[in-house]
Amino acid sequence: MIEARNVTKSFGPRTALAGVDLSIAEGELVTLVGPNGAGKTTLLRILATLSRPSSGTVRIGGLDASRDGERVRAEIGFLSHQTLLYDELTGEQNLRFYARMYEVASDRARIGEVLERVGLGMRRHDRVETLSRGMKQRLAVARAVLHHPRLLLLDEPYSGLDAEAADRLTDLLVELGRERRTILLATHRLGRGVSVGQRVLILHQGRVVYDQPRGAIELPGFAQLYRAMTSQEP
Amino acid sequence: MIRGRALQFLRRVAAIVEKDIAAELHSKEVVSAMLVFSVVALMIFSFALDLRGEMAEAAAPGVLWATVVFAGTLGLSRSLAREQQSGGMEGLLLAPVDRSAIFFGKAAGNFVFMGVVEVALLPLFSALFDVPLLRADVLLVLVLGTVGYAAVGTLLAAMAVNTRAREVMLPVLLLPLAVPVLIGAVQATRGLVEGATLAEVGSWIRILVVYDLVIVAVSLLTFGSVVEE
Amino acid sequence: MGRWRRDEGDVVLLAASGVAVMAALGMVFLYAPREATMGDVQRIFYFHVASAWVGFFAFFVTCVAGVGQLVTGARRWDMVSLSSVEVGLTFITMTVITGSLWARPVWGTYWTWEPRLTISAVQLLIYVAYGMLRASVESPERKARYGAVYGIVAFVTVPLSWFAIRWWRTIHPDILTGGEGMAITPRMTLTLVVAVGAFTLLYAAVLRLRVSLERARDRLTRVRLNLERR
Repeated sequence: MIEARNVTKSFGPRTALAGVDLSIAEGELVTLVGPNGAGKTTLLRILATLSRPSSGTVRIGGLDASRDGERVRAEIGFLSHQTLLYDELTGEQNLRFYARMYEVASDRARIGEVLERVGLGMRRHDRVETLSRGMKQRLAVARAVLHHPRLLLLDEPYSGLDAEAADRLTDLLVELGRERRTILLATHRLGRGVSVGQRVLILHQGRVVYDQPRGAIELPGFAQLYRAMTSQEP
Repeated sequence: MIRGRALQFLRRVAAIVEKDIAAELHSKEVVSAMLVFSVVALMIFSFALDLRGEMAEAAAPGVLWATVVFAGTLGLSRSLAREQQSGGMEGLLLAPVDRSAIFFGKAAGNFVFMGVVEVALLPLFSALFDVPLLRADVLLVLVLGTVGYAAVGTLLAAMAVNTRAREVMLPVLLLPLAVPVLIGAVQATRGLVEGATLAEVGSWIRILVVYDLVIVAVSLLTFGSVVEE
Repeated sequence: MGRWRRDEGDVVLLAASGVAVMAALGMVFLYAPREATMGDVQRIFYFHVASAWVGFFAFFVTCVAGVGQLVTGARRWDMVSLSSVEVGLTFITMTVITGSLWARPVWGTYWTWEPRLTISAVQLLIYVAYGMLRASVESPERKARYGAVYGIVAFVTVPLSWFAIRWWRTIHPDILTGGEGMAITPRMTLTLVVAVGAFTLLYAAVLRLRVSLERARDRLTRVRLNLERR
């Protein structure tokens, strides 16, 4: 589903990504962990075609991300730590807008469906600005999956969520994962990240320094390993 | 095939415009800011320039357009800032939508907001300056001037909103580029008000039309570079 | 980096422009005739027009560099762009000042809405806006991109502004100016051509120096970053 080869990204003299190779098959649920500044957001934005790599290639679903941007974007659902929702509009209005942008067929039905899915059916006619942070995040998930994307990219989805909201999000993600969608989740919260993913990658100073299936990891040992790897100099 | 794509393009532009109007209907922040500012500006111009009688008539087109131009910068800033708030622009960029559709959508929305304010101002101006401005030909000049201004204003506001100075940056960037609109629209309006026909103010209309065509084309071509990283 | 010629080119250009400016000065004061109506004050006209031309040309270069920047993303285009704006700003300021100095003894006022002066003032404002835009953006990549876009869009409006201003001035001619009222002889034309050429050479020389300065700055930043990493 995702084929990234030697992706680099520099902002002037500063290098955010120093050569990332990534291969994720369809249906995999992958967690990307790394400290702040490791380049997780940069990488996810490049995969979402929001940003162009300084060098390297990115193929999503077999398509070249830089050349077929539009078609690639139709297959991607993106969750940022920003909600990407319009505060003055209601949940329903927001989803209706995005349904039109993504050309979602039978949008009324689909909107009702995703709202129920994330448990916001009752609040659909409330303005987004009146919703709690956790609810906004759930609405953002609804927006992200509205158009049946084959790939979900989640950047720090747990930020600002309390334990209960975070649990609910995890359940949702696991559910989505079971539907043969490809999910890439980036977070700096080890515990949650590792428990959700089937495969765990560590990103440090713009490079992937660790890539193992979850089965090979036990949590306490992993935390130590993570600390060791992320304090290393390249 | 092409017709299908064109319709799809228009549908998306329409969706963006409708979304902006819906948001505006709730918050009313763009139009009300522009309207209030315009009225205040009008009063300040009247006091400061001591506009009475004949002087008022002569000054009317100039004061009208100066007000529109300044109020416009407010509206444009607010409109683009709204996209920035919770990452709306990112949401737009994530969608499988041509960047030019985003540009047209935002610019058309801004044009509508400016248009609403202008239409509200005209009767006020007509009354205060004792100059009949509610005429089709004056409206045409208004439309021509606003199209170009809204287009380049949308482009520049998209940049300004990402700078440290934010809203303050936009007038600095926009106003020197609006000289052709200002001169052309004011001269055309003045000519019309003094009794000339549209043909007689033709050279000013031509400047406005050329400006609109050129500036929309250039803004369209460069908008992608502004919003994409 | 290899695309730019090395320091020898800088020296040659600087020397050439130095010679040209000397020649122009000589011609302006010794070769060109004393103008009939305005007297010696008119001699400032050569520098006024020459710097106006360079101011506009520098703007054109900025626009072209902007296109290059957007198309290739290479740092060198951005360096040319910002350097050209800085140098152009200097020349445009000279235009406005010389125009003002000329206006005073001839027409009794420090400012006229004469087309060339007005368009130079507009360009001055645009140059300043360009500088403010760049200063107000943190990321160097965005600085370059925004600068390029503004340089292109702004340049495109200048010819339109020029025509608008000219037509505006012909229907409302200043009672004070009413046209230039200068009698132009062939000697004056030649002097003008030399002055324009000299200033253009000067522009090119200073531009190259400014670009070299920018390259040196880049190198310094890179070295600093490398040191910090250790």
